[in-house]
Amino acid sequence: MGKNILLEHGSGGIISLNLIKEMFIKYFDNPVLNKQTDSALLSTESDLISFTTDSYVVDPLFFPGGNIGKLAVCGTVNDLAVSGAIPKFISVSFILEEGFSFEELELIVSSIADEAKKSEVMIVTGDTKVVNRGKCDKLFINTSGIGILNKKYKHISTCDNIIPGDKIIINGTIGDHGMAVMAARDFAGFKTDIKTDCASLNFLIRDVLDANCNVKFIRDATRGGIATILCELTEKMNIGIEIEESAVPVREAVRGMCELLGFDPFYVANEGKVIMITSAEDAERVVEVMRQNEYGADCSVIGEITGNHIGKTILRTTIGGRRIIEMLSGEQLPRIC
Amino acid sequence: MQYIDEYSDRKFAGLIIDRISSLTSKEVSLMEVCGGHTWAIQKYGIPSLLPSNIRLLSGPGCPVCVTSKKYIDKAIAYSRLSNVIITTYGDLIRVPGSSSTLNEEKSKGADIRIIYSILDALQIARKHPEKRIIFLGIGFETTAPASAAGIVNASEEKLTNFFLFSSHKIMPPAMAALIEEGITIDGYIAPGHVSTITGSHIYDDIPAKYGVGCVISGFEPLDILQSIYLLVKQIKENNFRVEIQYRRAVKPEGNIKAQEIMKEVFTLRDDWWRGLGVLENSGLMINEKYCEFDAEKILQVNVEDLIEEKGCICGDILKGLKTPSQCGLFKRQCTPANPIGACMVSNEGACNAFYRFNR
Repeated sequence: MGKNILLEHGSGGIISLNLIKEMFIKYFDNPVLNKQTDSALLSTESDLISFTTDSYVVDPLFFPGGNIGKLAVCGTVNDLAVSGAIPKFISVSFILEEGFSFEELELIVSSIADEAKKSEVMIVTGDTKVVNRGKCDKLFINTSGIGILNKKYKHISTCDNIIPGDKIIINGTIGDHGMAVMAARDFAGFKTDIKTDCASLNFLIRDVLDANCNVKFIRDATRGGIATILCELTEKMNIGIEIEESAVPVREAVRGMCELLGFDPFYVANEGKVIMITSAEDAERVVEVMRQNEYGADCSVIGEITGNHIGKTILRTTIGGRRIIEMLSGEQLPRIC
Repeated sequence: MQYIDEYSDRKFAGLIIDRISSLTSKEVSLMEVCGGHTWAIQKYGIPSLLPSNIRLLSGPGCPVCVTSKKYIDKAIAYSRLSNVIITTYGDLIRVPGSSSTLNEEKSKGADIRIIYSILDALQIARKHPEKRIIFLGIGFETTAPASAAGIVNASEEKLTNFFLFSSHKIMPPAMAALIEEGITIDGYIAPGHVSTITGSHIYDDIPAKYGVGCVISGFEPLDILQSIYLLVKQIKENNFRVEIQYRRAVKPEGNIKAQEIMKEVFTLRDDWWRGLGVLENSGLMINEKYCEFDAEKILQVNVEDLIEEKGCICGDILKGLKTPSQCGLFKRQCTPANPIGACMVSNEGACNAFYRFNR
């Protein structure tokens, strides 16, 4: 197949077909995709579906604990899962820069296949375009996904049932992804052992929902970190939020790197973290269920909904002071997903 | 990294606050003149913990905030020259000049790169001998030695395409000027990072001449609370002096090597500070010996004199005369996403910190 991507690989001709067969079909192998129809024909057992899309432009493509391919699957799986849906089908489209190495493409494609298998989603359609050298940065990926949704979870996306007293839970440490990508850029000669937290959380979320816990809201905390989600919630829902800083898990290395670079871990991106809001009675049970799952081992109740200071997220700091958590303005870190 | 936890212990914080409360019930105004302190004070919610008679003011400690629009305009003019790469610390690219920002110029195609160290700028200069690399040198005694070291490196390597556009300033003239302007300052929380370089003696004049104490503080919450305690204690005992709270980093004599390299490269000049105007011998310019690396000497650009934004009270805020919420533009036209005054740009700016943590 040669060593590098040529413009012809996106031409639709024989070379394109070979790429599809020898790369995509080989790795993504499943009955729907293998038919190579223009549209994938799908059937589901539910009349309610979730549908989402996301594009991935992370720089660098490979970083400790993952790469853009794994990220592209996890991101879309998580977007579906946080609505309460069971992720089923995804599409994967590539925009490749002329000259991109086949070896790296194959690593990325095999990561996509591995993660899809692990999270039990089927890659049913896709596309490849090649642009001239310099017209995109190596490789961009778009994934879309479809999940099936049980009617009883419709409220999770709309978060209509949240009331004062409800507890806010996170499934583990914050800021790992953003700092892993930053360290991978080899800037200022940084050496750390921070890895991305990139993971598909559909089974963790399923475990909690199957345990019949009263879950009122779930959101994955990606770009903008947990601060962004909390601020969006207070603005949208006419509620106040109080967070206990010392209850929010942050790895030492992440905290140290943030201190050094002037970042606030509350605003740093994650790719394997969800915020859940549950009734006060069920919070402990959610924590117990989460702890059984490898992606929930460090979970923690970090705060609660209040009827005071409506529209504001207040942080009780480590020394007992109080301050507001505000929406991120400007870009904290460019191209982290 | 363990020290982070110990220095934010809630129980100790409570004990120090109790002691501060028991020392005095008189009104006390303390000013910090370091952006890192501005940020930390708001981040840890320290004002919400202090007794109401202790007032904390933010002074001109954020380098981005005190830099003139003219400097930004000139940097923009440099970025429009052909074969130029501008290298800068991140915050500066969002500071409004009179008609544009470096960020806007970047989107229009100017080659402007955010770096974390002047060493990265030197690396770019080595890699691109066909380009002229201009490093925007801003900051106080903390960043000035690094810029000086960069120039010495460039000189030893005989790089001919590397230039520094210096807006470096030194802190003591501003601290004196604030008192001389008649602003009520009962004590200075003196900058920690600056003092690691300069040592503590640069502040000796402040208690001697003005009867205002200085405590050099660290950046963790207990550091700041202890510094406030020490200042209030000086006031109570009427015994004003320079004290070092941040002993794990600051020595009285400072970092001699860093001081020497600053002396090797820079010479003092009068410089303009937002809010304070021109202060005698408060800026650092490249001396004759290294003038071939001075962007202002080698690369000519014309920049018009300009009118500062009407309604923006950054100047008064930097002097501690007003708080951000007293500005008519604050939160309305001026937000971190759309900064009008420089104090809203950097994390360390008083308006930015106030907006983010304390609305």
